[in-house]
Amino acid sequence: MKKGYFGDFGGQFIPELLMPPLIELEEAMATILPTEEFQTRFTNMLKENVGRPSAITYCPNLSKDLGLDLWLKREDLNHSGAHKINNTLGQGLLAKMMGKDVLLAETGAGMHGVATTVAAAMLDMKAVIYMGATDVVRQAPNVNRMRLMGAEIVPVESGTKTLKDAINEALRRWLSDQETTHYCFGTAAGPHPFPTLVREFQQIISKEARQQFMDRNAGRLPDVVVACVGGGSNAIGMFHNFVPDESVELVGVEAAGTGEPGCYSSAPLDHGTDGVLHGMLTKLLQTVDGQIEPSHSVAPGLDYPGVGPEHAHLHATGRGHYVTINDEQAINAFKVLSRREGIIPALESSHAVAYAIENKDRLQGKSVLVCLSGRGDKDLGILDQIL
Amino acid sequence: MNPMQIKIEEAKAKGKVGLIPFLPAGFPDREQFWTELAELDAAGASVIEIGMPFSDPVADGPVVEKASLKCLADGINLAWILTELKKRKGQFKAALLLMGYLNPVYQYGLDKFGKDCAEAGVSGLIIADMPLEESQFVKDAIAPHNVALVPLIGLNTTKERMKLYADGAQGFCYFVSVLGTTGQRESLPARIKEKLAEAKEVFDIPVALGFGIKHPDQLAEFEGLMDAAVFGSALISHIQSGNSSASFMEPWK
Repeated sequence: MKKGYFGDFGGQFIPELLMPPLIELEEAMATILPTEEFQTRFTNMLKENVGRPSAITYCPNLSKDLGLDLWLKREDLNHSGAHKINNTLGQGLLAKMMGKDVLLAETGAGMHGVATTVAAAMLDMKAVIYMGATDVVRQAPNVNRMRLMGAEIVPVESGTKTLKDAINEALRRWLSDQETTHYCFGTAAGPHPFPTLVREFQQIISKEARQQFMDRNAGRLPDVVVACVGGGSNAIGMFHNFVPDESVELVGVEAAGTGEPGCYSSAPLDHGTDGVLHGMLTKLLQTVDGQIEPSHSVAPGLDYPGVGPEHAHLHATGRGHYVTINDEQAINAFKVLSRREGIIPALESSHAVAYAIENKDRLQGKSVLVCLSGRGDKDLGILDQIL
Repeated sequence: MNPMQIKIEEAKAKGKVGLIPFLPAGFPDREQFWTELAELDAAGASVIEIGMPFSDPVADGPVVEKASLKCLADGINLAWILTELKKRKGQFKAALLLMGYLNPVYQYGLDKFGKDCAEAGVSGLIIADMPLEESQFVKDAIAPHNVALVPLIGLNTTKERMKLYADGAQGFCYFVSVLGTTGQRESLPARIKEKLAEAKEVFDIPVALGFGIKHPDQLAEFEGLMDAAVFGSALISHIQSGNSSASFMEPWK
């Protein structure tokens, strides 16, 4: 009877009242996703509206500085500025074909909220976006974008006022409005079937990147593939088609926060334990009593005390290596990539770039392919306060 | 027969609806909580539902959430609840039920939890974030200790799923009156009657109606379709306003 598990992780730990919409979604995945109509419309939207395939970019200056070959998969070049759009267009189209007329979403950095709003506008649906009150303030440019494109923004004042609490409130809203509303979950986490559904829409990142890298490197694969991990959607998308390639080291970068004693991190794989939150059994930052700890990262999109269950599985089996980068290291990478290559990365993606910088000695001579999950314009306000 | 069912059947035998008040453990404070529990018991509660506070209570509305988070801030945890209940074992006429979310129970250890529940006189458990598909490992751990996992169903639960929940269910079935979170509501959905009738047909244990219940007058239209009523937010608000559990229970007697 158990389904939706990746090894020991995953599942459907959700109130019974949310099971019918999850079952409905699972059925839609089986019946609608494989149809020619869905696939054709989705592929066209990715091409015409998102701008896929996104480029891979060789970084000559940083490669020289670091002594390695640094490549970037440019999800920051997607319409709306991040990988999130791959997922929201997929889920939005699926929801539309299921007969729903509202897209409900939670957002941390705001990129998923923006992407959901774009999908809703394109598909003539309504967008309702839950966002922690703290994030509403620190990601003001994205809030303005969402409002401009017609979203209803609901600031969440409970708990830590960040992504975790936005998810709680969005789940409550979905409980009430499930007949008309699709919960457009933003990352490869949550109850089954969301981790699988989101991966399905994000795996195009590695499908393209793998081929693009081989085309540019005489058929060779990269030595190391790196992506930042909050909930883990860009990372699972970046890893998925490399998982069978055993020569490729997969590195997920979690956020270590400030790194000061007593500071909360956002690194459940490195610092967490097994537990249940937001519909899944996964690694969590939690107390010994099972209460969820607040998380912290300078990057709002990584500021989450849990992680998608497939990452917990890749971590447990050793196929994925998960490391941490702290706020200062990420901000340094933000500045270095901007200065040396003219690319301003999102603070989330800066964690992945920082891995290459901080580990340059170990990576000498290797080819390192980093998923640049989003662009950093949204973070200039945060940087103004810090720098 | 599980003590929860026995108590609800006793109320039914007297021509009454079983009363199931809910209070978060440690509310309004560590000491007063036990006074409130004693008052609820003396006023004829069939089952007392004790909330196990959790940091992320997705199924709870604002009143229960706020009360639970205060208890959490006061240091209430499962060890405190079970230790204090053990000290008072046998003092309550009502059956005792613990309600909460899976993670704190999971961290406590399921086998230890079942054993400690039995030693504390707890005969039932509700886990709000654990549907049928995930419930077997919890049932397996608590069943040897005669602790029943109470099924939660609602307006969107199909009859087929109700039958799966009903298979081997003990205590009572908790029917959630709304598609939403806990909390008082001015009116309840019209579809409740039809779905309650389905539940009564499927379950051979009592059916309790909960969520949105604040006054016995609301129950008149469901006569014969339910056996017990669960109320939490209204009771919490009553206590927060400086009133006693005893006075809340008066109109229900």
